[in-house]
Amino acid sequence: MILEVVDAGFTYPGGSSIFSDISFSIQTGEVLCILGPNGIGKSTLIRCLANLNRLCSGSIHLCGKDMVKIKPVDIARKIGYVPQAHEIVFPFSVRDFVLMGRAPHLPAFSSPGKEDYRKAEEKIDLVGIRKIAENPVNEISGGEYQLAVIARALTQDPSLLLLDEPTSHLDFGNQIRVLEIIDKLVETGLSVIMSSHFPDHAFLSSNNVAIMQYGSFMAYGLAEDVVTEENLRKTYGVDVSITYSPDVGRHVCVPHRSGTCRCHEKEHPPCRGTPAVTVIAGGRG
Amino acid sequence: MVSISHHISNNYLIIRPFLTGKIVSTLLIYGTLPILFVVSLFLGHYEISPFHVIKLLIAPIINLLPEHIVHIYPDWTIAEENVIYQVRLPRVIAAVLVGGGLAIAGAAYQGLFKNPLVSPDILGVSSGAGFGAALALILSAGSLMIQVSAFTFGILAVTITYILSSFYRRTPTLVLVLSGIIVGAFFTALISFTKYIADPYDKLPAITFWLMGSLASVRYTELLFIAPPLLIATAVLILLRWRINLLAVGDDEARTLGIDTKRMSQVIILCSTLITAGAVCIAGIIGWVGLVVPHLGRMLVGPDNKKLIPVSFLLGSSYLLIIDTVARNLTMAEIPLGILTAIIGAPFFAYLLSKRSVGWT
Repeated sequence: MILEVVDAGFTYPGGSSIFSDISFSIQTGEVLCILGPNGIGKSTLIRCLANLNRLCSGSIHLCGKDMVKIKPVDIARKIGYVPQAHEIVFPFSVRDFVLMGRAPHLPAFSSPGKEDYRKAEEKIDLVGIRKIAENPVNEISGGEYQLAVIARALTQDPSLLLLDEPTSHLDFGNQIRVLEIIDKLVETGLSVIMSSHFPDHAFLSSNNVAIMQYGSFMAYGLAEDVVTEENLRKTYGVDVSITYSPDVGRHVCVPHRSGTCRCHEKEHPPCRGTPAVTVIAGGRG
Repeated sequence: MVSISHHISNNYLIIRPFLTGKIVSTLLIYGTLPILFVVSLFLGHYEISPFHVIKLLIAPIINLLPEHIVHIYPDWTIAEENVIYQVRLPRVIAAVLVGGGLAIAGAAYQGLFKNPLVSPDILGVSSGAGFGAALALILSAGSLMIQVSAFTFGILAVTITYILSSFYRRTPTLVLVLSGIIVGAFFTALISFTKYIADPYDKLPAITFWLMGSLASVRYTELLFIAPPLLIATAVLILLRWRINLLAVGDDEARTLGIDTKRMSQVIILCSTLITAGAVCIAGIIGWVGLVVPHLGRMLVGPDNKKLIPVSFLLGSSYLLIIDTVARNLTMAEIPLGILTAIIGAPFFAYLLSKRSVGWT
C-alpha cells in the first residue's frame, strides 16, 4: 500500500468545508482518476496529498507512516507532484528545470553533479522532450511544458505521481500523448493519482475512478462501475451518453446540450434542399 | 499592486554569439576582476609608477622566501607605501566586497521574490541603515558609532518588515514586498526629519554626503568590522545558489521538491540583509548595483543561479571597482558613488528595457 487516506477533510481557515470523509487507498502500479466538475476541490485534495495543505481531519499514510510525521524532504523522495501550468518568470532551460527534481536527493549546500544530470537526461528521453531540452521553459507550448513538469517529477524518483489536471489546456493530440506516457509509467510500477474533468480519461487510463461531488466521493471503484450516465448527469448537471465506440475500441462519453432533455425519439432536423454552404464554397473555389 | 508576472526572456542567447566562444567569455568573466583590481591600485591623484605598485604588492610575499634566493629591496618612498597599503588597498578591497555582495544579494532576492525588478533594499534595509547613520551624525557620534548605528538600524528595519508580513498568512512574498515598501517609506521619512532638524551649515551637508555614498574614508578598521558578516553571508548565498532556482520557479513546487521554503527564505533574507546593511554602513547608499548587475549576469550566463550567483559577484565587484576608480580620479574632488552608479546604471538599465528581447509581459 503506497498511500492510504482515511476520513480526510479540509476546510480553509475561516471558510466553508471543501471536502470531508474521503477515504481511499492506492497500491503499487495502480491509477486513480479523480473526476468532478470545476471548483469542487479536486486540486485541494491533490494538494493535501502532496503535503502542500494540511488536512483538518482524517489522516494520510504514506508507505504505512502518518504523513504528518514524515519530513518534507522524505515525502519529496516518495511523491512527485505535477501542478497545473503557471507562469515562470525566469527563462530556465528545460534541462535545468527537469534537473530541479534532484533537490530532495541533494544536501542543502550542494549543486547537482554528473549523476544528477544523467538522471535528468534519462527522464527527458523518457517523456520525449529531447528536442526542446535547451529551450527556455517559459517559451515552450503547454503540452511540452506539461511533459517537462512530468519529467521533473520523475527525476525525483518517486513511487507515487500526483497530477493535477494534467491534460487541461492541451489539445487532443497532447492529451493523448500525456495519458500514454502516464500509462507507460504505470507499467514500470509507478502509482498515479490524477484529477481530470474529462470523464473520457477514466476510460483511457482505466483503473480506479472516484467522482468528487458535494464535498466527498460520490462514487469510487472501477471505471466501468463508476463512470455511468447517471453518475455523470449528477456530477456535471448535463446529460451524458456513454457509448461503446468500435472505432477506438473503448467507451466514450458525449455530453448533451444543457437544458435539452434526452430525446431519443425525436427525429434529426430535416435537410432543406442543397446546403447553401456548398454554393458559397463552390463560388470561392 | 506589485506584479510578479513580469518575465525576462532568454536574451542571453542573443548576446552570446557576439562573444567568440565559451572560453573567451569565461576568461572575460573571471579575468576582468583581478586585472581591474591591480589597475585601480595604479590610479590615483598621488602618482605612483605601476612598476612600484606591483613591487610593493608582491614584496611582502616574495620576501617570505629566504633572502639569498630572491629579495625585493625597497626603492619606493614611505609615502608611496602608505598610499598603496593604507589608502588604496583597503578601499579597493571594500569596493570588491560591497559591489560583489550587493550584486549577489540582488540576484538572490530576484530569485526569492520571482521578480527581476527587485533590488537588495526592497525590504527597507537601506532606508533603515541610512536613518541609523543620519541619527548618529546628528548626535555627533564617531565614525565607528555611525557604522554600528547604520548596521543596527538596517537590520532593525528588515526585522520590522518581516514581523509585519508575518501577520498575514497568505501570499507571503507579496505581503513581504508590501511591508518592505511601508517600512522603507517610514524610515525615508525619518531620514528627511533628521535632515530637517539638522544644523544646515554643518550636520545637514554631512548627512547628505554620507547618504550619497563614498568609499573614501574606508580603512582597515572599517573593513575588519564589516568584512566577516559580509563574507560569511556571501559564502552562504553562494553555497545555496542552486536551491534559489527552486524558489524562483514557485513556492509550492519548491515545497513539493522537499525544500523548507520558509526557512530558506529566512536564510536568504538574513544573508542579503547582512550584506546590504554592511555595504551601506561603509559605503553609504549605493543603488543600481544590486538591480542591474544580476541582469547583466543573466545576459552572459543565463538564469541558472548555479552560474549566475558567482558571476554576479565578479561583475558587481568589477562594476563598483570601475565606478569607485572613476569617482576618485575623474575630478579633484570625490564624486559620490551613489551618483555615479545611477548615472552609469540608469542608461544601461534603460537600454536593457528598450530591447525587444527583454520580453516584458
